[in-house]
Amino acid sequence: MPTLEIRDLHVSVETKEGPKPILRGVDLTIASGETHAIMGPNGSGKSTLASALAGHPKYTVTSGTVTLDGEDLLAMTVDERARAGLFLAMQYPVEVTGVSVANFLRTAKTAIDGTAPALRTWGKEVKGAMENLRMDPAFAERSVNEGFSGGEKKRHEILQMELFKPRFAILDETDSGLDVDALRIVSEGVNRAKENTEVGVLLITHYTRILRYIKPDFVHVFVDGKIAEEGGSELADRLEEEGYDKYVGANATATA
Amino acid sequence: MSAETQAPEQRSDDEIIASIGAYEYGWHDSDAAGMSAQRGLSEEVVRNISALKNEPEWMLNQRLKALRLFGKKPMPSWGSDLSGIDFDKIKYFVRSTEKQATSWEELPEDIKATYDRLGIPEAEKQRLVAGVAAQYESEVVYHQIREDLEEQGVIFVDTDTGLRDYPELFQEYFGTVIPSGDNKFAALNSAVWSGGSFVYVPPGVHVEIPLQAYFRINTENMGQFERTLIIADEGSYVHYVEGCTAPIYTSDSLHSAVVEIVVKKNARVRYTTIQNWSNNVYNLVTKRATAAEGATMEWVDGNIGSKVTMKYPAIYLLGEHARGETLSIAFAGEGQHQDAGAKMVHAAPNTSSSIVSKSVARGGGRTSYRGLVQVLEGASHSASNVLCDALLVDQISRSDTYPYVDVREDDVSMGHEATVSRVSEDQLFYLMSRGMEETEAMAMIVRGFVEPIARELPMEYALELNRLIELQMEGSVG
Repeated sequence: MPTLEIRDLHVSVETKEGPKPILRGVDLTIASGETHAIMGPNGSGKSTLASALAGHPKYTVTSGTVTLDGEDLLAMTVDERARAGLFLAMQYPVEVTGVSVANFLRTAKTAIDGTAPALRTWGKEVKGAMENLRMDPAFAERSVNEGFSGGEKKRHEILQMELFKPRFAILDETDSGLDVDALRIVSEGVNRAKENTEVGVLLITHYTRILRYIKPDFVHVFVDGKIAEEGGSELADRLEEEGYDKYVGANATATA
Repeated sequence: MSAETQAPEQRSDDEIIASIGAYEYGWHDSDAAGMSAQRGLSEEVVRNISALKNEPEWMLNQRLKALRLFGKKPMPSWGSDLSGIDFDKIKYFVRSTEKQATSWEELPEDIKATYDRLGIPEAEKQRLVAGVAAQYESEVVYHQIREDLEEQGVIFVDTDTGLRDYPELFQEYFGTVIPSGDNKFAALNSAVWSGGSFVYVPPGVHVEIPLQAYFRINTENMGQFERTLIIADEGSYVHYVEGCTAPIYTSDSLHSAVVEIVVKKNARVRYTTIQNWSNNVYNLVTKRATAAEGATMEWVDGNIGSKVTMKYPAIYLLGEHARGETLSIAFAGEGQHQDAGAKMVHAAPNTSSSIVSKSVARGGGRTSYRGLVQVLEGASHSASNVLCDALLVDQISRSDTYPYVDVREDDVSMGHEATVSRVSEDQLFYLMSRGMEETEAMAMIVRGFVEPIARELPMEYALELNRLIELQMEGSVG
């Protein structure tokens, strides 16, 4: 069974003052069909993990390994990772002026699959996926992310996840900035992808509310660049009540 | 079907890699006419050109006067570096074929083959254009216009034929929009001009499909002095499209055109250029139109090739409610400087103008936007809007903006907006994380950037532009 394996991963970010270590030894294994939630306070390095896995040039892996199905993910360029089946739903997707959503989706699909999608079925597929996410058909003609509301950006990210059919998807705070209705619609999209494709999901979130819609198989608490505690979905319930104070406090004492 | 004729072109990987980002139109034909052509400029050369064309006395005199003006005018001290131009080395007139053809088969084999490679006869066959003019070196070698347009009185001939066959119309307008002494290069063109198009559209006639001209330089150190004159009579419409290519040589050629357009009352003219000269051509062009009452003039100006381009299409809004629009797009790669822009002169009340300029610089190339909006006294209630955006693909390229505004009237509306942006790391990351290779991602960003202008181009030119962007970007990523 395909797996995404992260072993003792250390990552630094480039800053004006030089490289600053963020991840300090992350171990995590995600198998196809599994959903892992990573939860943690702000600044704990959750989003750094997402960006580093996708290969953002701002982040440098200083040690450790990541393999996708046994292949060395870290040796691949950003686009090679995408073609190997990794997808990152971004927290702040950028605008690409003058490029229509329809053109962008078709170009990306072609790049990922290595062949252009069949014209007739592709059109229907896009239309259907947009309907499911309650997106207006006129959306396809707008420039990518330009003038999109926060909710529209997130729907557009999940639309891509449904259409590109990755083997592993990282959702970086997809729930942030969404109202209850949008959160439900977006979550349904993720659940459809899980049902249809056996995608392994790494769901990064600060809050537990998205976990009411997307049931995680495993929950990992992320503190100060590594995993502090692991458990099943019951761990999320406990975090809902107790918050992150316990971890942050313990850490503060240890480093004081 | 034999294997021999159908076998695809076999190229090794090395050859394919070497061709990436390369200029595609850089071949040259065998060149007996060009080899023997005389270099340098003198009264003798000018007299000789005029005599070869059997021109009337007034034209010879005008040429000689222009030659004297050329001698007196200084080189422009602003804009691009023109110190590489050696006027003594240039060949001012090359006659490549004795007789103008009206079918492609009549052309000498190598010239026909060149236009085949450029896809011009094919476009005509598919009726994408209503008329075609093909200029090779100094003169137009092929000319054809659709019969129905000819019946409606539309004139579309090369400029030499225009002078010969329509002397009165020609003399009435020639040199009235751009006088010989306008600038050094206009003077040069007026002295040694040859070729170009002469277009007249009668009142009320709409030419729905574009007229197309194709300019090709073949000889090394060639000077091409296209001279185009377009007259759109009252209430008429015409779209004129021109494309340009040249071979790659180690020393430079000069293309110095003068284009004059007269847009009469309520008429509309659109003039589209896709300039893709090779990187050894100095492209120094004076383009100007006058727009009468209620008339509309539109320049769509694409500058992709050349070593240096200096070109600022101008519109003189002479009648009330006249409208001018310039859409300009420029790409500068390694060793290129595109100094382009627009000029709008509001000389009547209630006139409006719009300038949209987009430029992309990469590989150490340089783009400049240089524009002038002038509102003369009395041109009340005029409105002008200028928008210029520059995109830098890397850290070593350069872009400058020189917007000039001169307003002599109180009650006018002026807008100006300029931006310079860089392709961001985050944009590239976003597209590459969707499986696109770096070059593809870069090309997508650049295509998006120029999209507002690309959508104004005729379909086949828009496709060509997209392809050129991809080639440019392939060269840009190490």
